[in-house]
Amino acid sequence: MALLEVNDLNVQFATPDGVVTAVNGISFALERGQTLGIVGESGSGKSQAVLAVMGLLANNGSASGQALFDGQDLLSLPASALNQIRGNRVAMIFQDPMTSLNPYLTVERQMTEVLEFHKGLTHSQARLRAVQALDAVKIPEAAKRISRYPHEFSGGMRQRVMIAMALLCEPDVLIADEPTTALDVTVQAQIIALLRDLQRDHGTAIVMITHDLGVVAGLCDEVMVLYGGRVMEQGSAEPIFYQPTHPYTVGLLGAVPRIEQGEQALVAIPGAPPNMARLPAGCPFSERCALVEPRCLNTRPALLAVADQSAVLRACHKSALEVRRYAKELSL
Amino acid sequence: MNAPAPLLSIRDLKVHFSIASESPLPWKAPRLLKAVDGVSFDIFAGETLGIVGESGCGKSTLARAMLNLIPISGGSIVWQGQEMYGASAQAWQDIRKSVQMIFQDPLASLNPRMTVGQIIAEPLQTHFPQMSKHDVMHKVRAMMVKVGLTEQQINRYPHEFSGGQCQRIGIARALVLEPKLIICDEPVSALDVSIQAQIINLLMELQAQMGLALVFIAHDLAVVKHISQRVMVMYLGRSMEIATKQAIYQHPSHPYTQALLSAIPLPDPRRERNKTLQLLPGDLPSPMDPPSGCGFRTRCPRAIAACALHRPELRALSADTQIACDVVGVNT
Repeated sequence: MALLEVNDLNVQFATPDGVVTAVNGISFALERGQTLGIVGESGSGKSQAVLAVMGLLANNGSASGQALFDGQDLLSLPASALNQIRGNRVAMIFQDPMTSLNPYLTVERQMTEVLEFHKGLTHSQARLRAVQALDAVKIPEAAKRISRYPHEFSGGMRQRVMIAMALLCEPDVLIADEPTTALDVTVQAQIIALLRDLQRDHGTAIVMITHDLGVVAGLCDEVMVLYGGRVMEQGSAEPIFYQPTHPYTVGLLGAVPRIEQGEQALVAIPGAPPNMARLPAGCPFSERCALVEPRCLNTRPALLAVADQSAVLRACHKSALEVRRYAKELSL
Repeated sequence: MNAPAPLLSIRDLKVHFSIASESPLPWKAPRLLKAVDGVSFDIFAGETLGIVGESGCGKSTLARAMLNLIPISGGSIVWQGQEMYGASAQAWQDIRKSVQMIFQDPLASLNPRMTVGQIIAEPLQTHFPQMSKHDVMHKVRAMMVKVGLTEQQINRYPHEFSGGQCQRIGIARALVLEPKLIICDEPVSALDVSIQAQIINLLMELQAQMGLALVFIAHDLAVVKHISQRVMVMYLGRSMEIATKQAIYQHPSHPYTQALLSAIPLPDPRRERNKTLQLLPGDLPSPMDPPSGCGFRTRCPRAIAACALHRPELRALSADTQIACDVVGVNT
């Protein structure tokens, strides 16, 4: 059985304008040591999906479906039982390290708390472990810096503090929600190298949420492309990057500026990301799709396996061949 | 044959901020933060200069200083043969007809209490107060269509638009005066990839139509590649390398440029996993307390003892490339 298995996850928010469905029927399975990349633009529901798994939805949000971790359904556990798992066996790294560390507490206090709560260590044992963890993420002079406050660290260092904190209890699953988006490219490269090393050493399974296809390419075995809260394409990384079968994936790959390519213009996707309160009746991407046809507007395509590529699921009325031909025209 | 005169010529530009001393002794002198410390470059009519650097390298300060939006501490800014350092506010006002700016945060740079029509009309009303209301509105409408908005949206407020559309409004506001030069300060950093490509393509189209010169600031070398003819790389308030696009992407010369290029994740799993990553150790030094000599020497893989003693000036390495490094190309 998979380490983390999410089945038909739905996330809904009750808003003054009615119920908004942010995540609609996503499923995935994650094995030990594997990395899943969840890709999508703002508003695609990628963050809400993992927040739901962690039981961290806002008060007006509710989740349905199943999130089985080690046989237990995280969505139906009471908070007290969830607290034994969160931070201990399933940990999370957030996007903005400044707002997710407590500015009133020293890094030492925030890190030792985790170990004292989950592992029952004494304060001095916990402090020793915390210093080792900071060393492991290459924070210089960790023993001295641990007694500082978050604002005394640079952005890249704060992100490393958060990674160290998430890894204190050696979790089985690490959920990283855009961990490098707020960072400079050279620091991003450091953090990704660090995650890759940690995964190799501890066999941690990682769920990596990002909008950067480059980050996914370097780190992920499996990829899930979300749009409007639904899965557009899902499967092994290589077929999705080299032979995308969904027009949205093709669009995303065409819009990324690449340093290794020649003088061709960027292929923009027309229009804007959808308003989640007013999604089209059919395929959510139909408004912006270059290959749209009448049935796309009315009937929602089901998520099915690609005929010649069983490792990939796709939700599109067009055949995989047609989409690949379109991708070739764009010389992807 | 005479070389064409540059539109804007900047020599040894300095922007220093004085920071109140942290010392409790009131007679302690305030410290100087050298945000931009001796940058020189030229911009010619119709070309695009990309300026790239990580956060804190002074690129936004440089952009603002070019329009005298923050006081300049030294150096020279020559606009079409006219020295602007120390010029009167009126002289700057006249120049802003021809030099406009596009800002990073598309929503925050638009006044929430003004309609789109009022926002785009404001520069015309400021610089051409005698222009009739009818002419102003005619120009505003024409410009809205040009940047991909519709005339019907003229009475809407900024919050009714998506990020990409807000950036189009910002572009319309900058272009309505038909300037010769536009300074774009990270105009796409806050946007989703698919929208990023739309805005970059729009800027390139408008540039070709109107013969604009652009200064395009970004923190990522991949983004500027599509739009620039020449690229300047900045680090800690100094320029490290200025080169033509071909030179900088095919054979980057400065060790920092090389590190920046290698840090960009490629959206291509096989190449991304097999590339040799040149990781820079550590973080950006504090600009309050920069290293002696070359600012990059603390993280430079090729630093030698002499780098600490002497600050390298920009020198021509080849016809296409100028670099500020005393090691590269000297002792090979």
